[in-house]
Amino acid sequence: MLITCPCCGPRDVAEFTYQGDASRSRPDPASTDQAAWNAYVYDRVNTAGAHREYWQHSGGCRSHLVVLRSTLTHRIDSVRFARDEADGARRRSGSPA
Amino acid sequence: MSPRRTASGGRIDRSRSISFRFDGKRYAGHPGDTLASALLANGVSLFARSFKYHRPRGVIAAGVDEPNALVTVLRGEVREPNLPATQVEIVDGLVAESQNRFPSLERDVGALNQLGGRLFSAGFYYKTFMGPVAGPLKGTRFWMACEAVIRRAAGLGRAGHAPDTARYEKMNAFCDVLVVGGGPAGLAAALAAARSGRRVVLADLDPAFGGALKWSGELLDGEPAAGWVAETISALAAMDNVRLLPRTTVWGYYDGNTLAALERVGDHLRDPGKGAPRHRHWVIRAGHVVLATGAFERPMVFPGNDRPGVMLASAAGRYAAEYGVLPAERFVVFANNDSAYAAAARLREAGATVAAIVDVRPDVSAGARALAARAGGELLLGHAVADTSGGRRLTGVALRRFDAATKTLSGEPRRIEADGLAVSGGWSPAIHLASQAGAKARWDETLQAFLPPQPDAGWSGAGAFLGHASTTAAFADGLAAVAALDGSLSDAVDLPASDAPDLDAAPAPVFEIRAADGRGSKAFVDFQHDVTAEDVRLAHREGFVSVEHLKRYTTLGMATDQGKTSNVAGLAIMADARGMAIDDVGTTRFRPPFAPVSIGALAAERFGELKPDRLTPLHDWHVEQGATMYAAGLWHRPMIYGHPGETVEQACVREARAVRDSVGIVDVSTLGKIMVQGPDAAAFLDRVYTNLFSTLPVGKARYGLMLREDGFAFDDGTTWRLAETEFLMTTTTANAGRVMQHLEYMLDVVWPDLKVILTSVTDEWAGAAISGPKARAVLSACVAGTAVDNDALPFMGIVHGAIGGAPVMICRLSFSGELAYEVYCGAGHGSQVWDALMAAGQPFGIVPYGLEALGTLRIEKGHVTGAEIDGRTTARDLHLSWMLSKKKPFVGSAMMDREGLVAEDRLQLVGLVSLDGQALNGGAHVVEHGDRTLSGSIGHVTSVCFSPALGKYIALALVRGGKTRHGSRAFISDPLRGRFGPVAIVSHHFFDPEGSRMHG
Repeated sequence: MLITCPCCGPRDVAEFTYQGDASRSRPDPASTDQAAWNAYVYDRVNTAGAHREYWQHSGGCRSHLVVLRSTLTHRIDSVRFARDEADGARRRSGSPA
Repeated sequence: MSPRRTASGGRIDRSRSISFRFDGKRYAGHPGDTLASALLANGVSLFARSFKYHRPRGVIAAGVDEPNALVTVLRGEVREPNLPATQVEIVDGLVAESQNRFPSLERDVGALNQLGGRLFSAGFYYKTFMGPVAGPLKGTRFWMACEAVIRRAAGLGRAGHAPDTARYEKMNAFCDVLVVGGGPAGLAAALAAARSGRRVVLADLDPAFGGALKWSGELLDGEPAAGWVAETISALAAMDNVRLLPRTTVWGYYDGNTLAALERVGDHLRDPGKGAPRHRHWVIRAGHVVLATGAFERPMVFPGNDRPGVMLASAAGRYAAEYGVLPAERFVVFANNDSAYAAAARLREAGATVAAIVDVRPDVSAGARALAARAGGELLLGHAVADTSGGRRLTGVALRRFDAATKTLSGEPRRIEADGLAVSGGWSPAIHLASQAGAKARWDETLQAFLPPQPDAGWSGAGAFLGHASTTAAFADGLAAVAALDGSLSDAVDLPASDAPDLDAAPAPVFEIRAADGRGSKAFVDFQHDVTAEDVRLAHREGFVSVEHLKRYTTLGMATDQGKTSNVAGLAIMADARGMAIDDVGTTRFRPPFAPVSIGALAAERFGELKPDRLTPLHDWHVEQGATMYAAGLWHRPMIYGHPGETVEQACVREARAVRDSVGIVDVSTLGKIMVQGPDAAAFLDRVYTNLFSTLPVGKARYGLMLREDGFAFDDGTTWRLAETEFLMTTTTANAGRVMQHLEYMLDVVWPDLKVILTSVTDEWAGAAISGPKARAVLSACVAGTAVDNDALPFMGIVHGAIGGAPVMICRLSFSGELAYEVYCGAGHGSQVWDALMAAGQPFGIVPYGLEALGTLRIEKGHVTGAEIDGRTTARDLHLSWMLSKKKPFVGSAMMDREGLVAEDRLQLVGLVSLDGQALNGGAHVVEHGDRTLSGSIGHVTSVCFSPALGKYIALALVRGGKTRHGSRAFISDPLRGRFGPVAIVSHHFFDPEGSRMHG
C-alpha cells in the first residue's frame, strides 16, 4: 500500500502509523455527556468500503493525514493534512478560534 | 548418448555433459536439462511415492505445475525439500533425492498403504482419530499417540536442521509496465511497451524466454520461431528502459499494483560467484501489469491415471521438442481436444511411435485429422482410456467405446501396449495472479475453463491467459494490451506471421472416465495429495458440498502445487455429483504465493538481531567501570556496577545505601525529552496534563501526570519551564515515543489552532542525577556561574551554569527521596560533565548506581513507574488524585469519573513487607487466606526489592480496597515459582513519608 503524503510524496505504508477512525468527533472538552464521550472513545463502525482514517507519517514528516481508503481493496481516494481540516477540528474541540 | 535422448533437436547442448546424483546414483545430462528431463533421458520413470498411498509416480508435467515428481535438493547439510524436478536445472555436482519413501524409492514399505485404500479415504484422519469418549486415549489423545507415526508415513519432503548459509537479497523495482510471462503474448507486449519509451520489466519463471515458441516447432515468417525469440530478447536487452528477469516467478499480486517475485539467481550455477545471492526477492511497483501467464493443461481423470508413463500431452511434446528426450517409446495419446494432436505429431517427429490417438469426441476438426495423419497410428474417435496396467512403469492401456453425451463406456475393452500415455483434458488459463488481484473468475462453457475476471485499471491480459491458444492471437493480445494504455502506439511493432494450423480450441466437456460399476483402478484428481474422484463423491455424500468445504475435507488442491492440475476436474466432479453447472458450484479464490517461495528470500538481509541499540553518551564509561548492562527497551542501561564477588542484590544494596548515606550518581539520559515551544505551549500543557502548567513560573519544574482519553493513567514526568513560551517535558524512558505521538496527534487533529511546536530532544541531552545528603556539596564543588544553595536553587528550581567547562542546566528534583539534582548538558559534553561530577564527588565517596538501586530507592519512596502505570490503573488507584485539577478540563477528565473507575473495590497501590524474611516475587498474587490457591486473590505484586533503609524485603502491590487494608495481614502466592509467605499490607510510602530529606 502506498500513501501519498502531501509533504513527502508517495511512500510505503511501512512508514506510517494508523491513528484511528477520522469520522468520529471529539465532544467539547468540558462536556460531561458520557454517552458522547463513550462513543468517541470506544464506538467504531467496522466499515466495509470507503473509510476516513488518520495516518501519521511517523517515519517521515510526522504529519497526521486524513486518508480516504477502501477497506475492501486498499484503494486510496484522497490524502490531506489533518491540519487542513482545521475548521472541522476547531468546531469539534470547541476551543477559541 | 542416453537411450531416450534424440540424436538432434531441442535446446540442450549435447557437446557438454553434466554429472549429477539422484538417490545416490550418478547420472549425466546436458546444459539446458532440468532434473526431470535428464532423468527421463536416462530411462528413469519412477520419480516419487505418492502422499498417502505411496503409489509409484512418474513425472506428469514439464513445468511449475508438476504435482508428482517432487525432490529434495541437498547443498551440503542444507536440505531444500519439495522442489518439482521439472523446475530444477541440473548443474555439475547436483545432489537430489526422492521423498516419502522408506527404505528406497524402488522398495517402499509404505506402499502397503495401497492395500488399505478404502480405509484412507477423505476424512480418514477426522473419522479415525477422534478417539473414544472416555479412557486414557479419549479425545485428541488418541490422535496425539498416533501422530508421530502418521506424520512420518504421510507427507512430502523433510526439512533439514542445518542453518542455510546461502545469501538472499531483496530488491525494489519500479516500472511503467510489468509483463508477467515471456511467451509470444508477453514478448509482444514487452516490445510494444518498450518501443513506446515505457520502463518495462519482463519476468518469466523459465530459464529462457519464449514460452511455447521454444518447443512448438512453428515457423514465424518462414523461419523457426526460436530465432525470432532470440532476436526479440536481444533487442529488448539492448534497451535501457527494459529489465529482463528470467528464472523469476511472479508469485503475489497485492494492492496498489505491488507484485512480489522470486528470482532464482544462483541455483543453476555451480559457482554463483562471491557474494552473489542464491535467490532474490523482488517487490515490483508497476504502473500497469500485463498478465501473459499462459495456461496449464489438465489431465483427464480415469482409472489408473497415475501410473508412471502417464503424462500431459503438452509435457510429452515439450520433452521431445525442447529437451530432445522421449519420455517413452510407444505412446497412446488420449484427448478431449485438438491440442494433443500437435503434441502427438511432435512426438512422432522426435522419433517416438504413436500407437493410437484416442479421443472422446465423435468427430474432430480437419486440422486435427491432418496432425493425426502426421503422427501415424490409429485414430480412435468416440473412445476413452478405461484403465491402465503396469507397476513402476506403464505397460499398456485398456480402451473402450465412450459416448461423450452420456459419458458412458460401452463394449469390450481393447488393450494396447504402450509405455507412454499422453493425456489432454483441456486447458486452464493461469489466472492465479488476476484472482489474487481481487475479482472473481468466470466459467466459459466453450473453453470449459475459468477465464480471468474483467481486468481493472491496474492490469490487462494477453494470450493463452485469456483462452487464446494461437501464437497469432497471442501477438495481437500483447500489442492490444499496451495500445490500450494510451490509445495508440508511438512506434508500430511488426510481428511475424505464424504457420501453426488453426485448431478447435473447444474441448469436449468430459473430465472423468468412470466405469458404470465403479470398478477398476483408482482415478486420481489431485496427484500430490492423493485425492481420488471417489473421495470427491464421498465428500458430497457426507455433505461437504461447498467448494471451500470440499477443499478442506478432501485436501484437494491444498498441496504445494495448489491444485494447478486438479482444481477444475475436482469442481467438475462435484458439480456432476450435485447435478449442477460448474459455474454454480463456484471456485476457491487463489491466494499468494502462486508457487512456493524460499523463506530465506523473504527474510533477505533481515535476520538475526534487528533492533537498533540506543546507547547513552556515557555508555563507554559504564562499560569501563564494569557495569552489568541491561536492555531496557532499545536502551542499554547499567543494572549494577558490581564489585568482584558481589551478588546483584549485594551491589544494589551497597549502591542504594551510598545514596541514603552520602551521595550517588546515576545516568538518566534515557528519559524521554520533548521541547514544547510556542505562544500556546502553556495552554497546551494544561490540556494534556491533569494538573496546571500555565501557573508554573519560569525557572521552575513541576511533576505532571497524563491520562489517556479513556481516563486511565498514561505517563508521568517533570516538565521544566525554561521561558515564558518554552517548556522541556520529560517522560518515562519506555513511553517517550508514545507520548510524542499522543501530543502530535492532539495538536494535528484535535487542536490545530494551538500555536505549539514539538521537538523530540531525547538524544540531544545527556542527563545525570546526583542524589544523597552530600549532593549539594558535590555540586557546589564543581558548578561555575551559579549558586546552588537553597535560596538560589530551591526544590523544583532550575539554574543554568557550567560544569567542567560545559554549559549545564540543573533542576532540583528527586526520584530517590533524597536531596537530589538532575544535571543536563548537551549530549556531546556528557562525558566531560560526568567526569567533573565524579571528580567533585570523590571526597564524598560518590558512588555510581544502576537501575537496580534506582528501583530500590523509588520503591522505598512509593514512586510509581510503568509496573504500576500499567494501562489498567487510574490516577486515584495510584493515590495521585491530588494531581487532578478541578479548574480545567484535560485529556481524560471526562472519562475518569466513570462508575467503574471510581469503585471502592478497585485495585489500589499499597506497600507490602515480607514477614518471613524471604524475598517477594513480582507478579505473585496477594491472597487473603493462608491457602495457596488463587481463589482468594485480592491483587498482585508489581515491584519488589530488598530495602536497605528498612532492612526488609518489600514490594509495591495493587490490592483490592487499597488503603482500607493498611495494617492488615495477607499472603503472597506464586504457584509458578513455588513461593508462598505472609506479608503485612502497609502504606506505599515506606521511607520518609513526609519528604523531609529531599526538601532539606
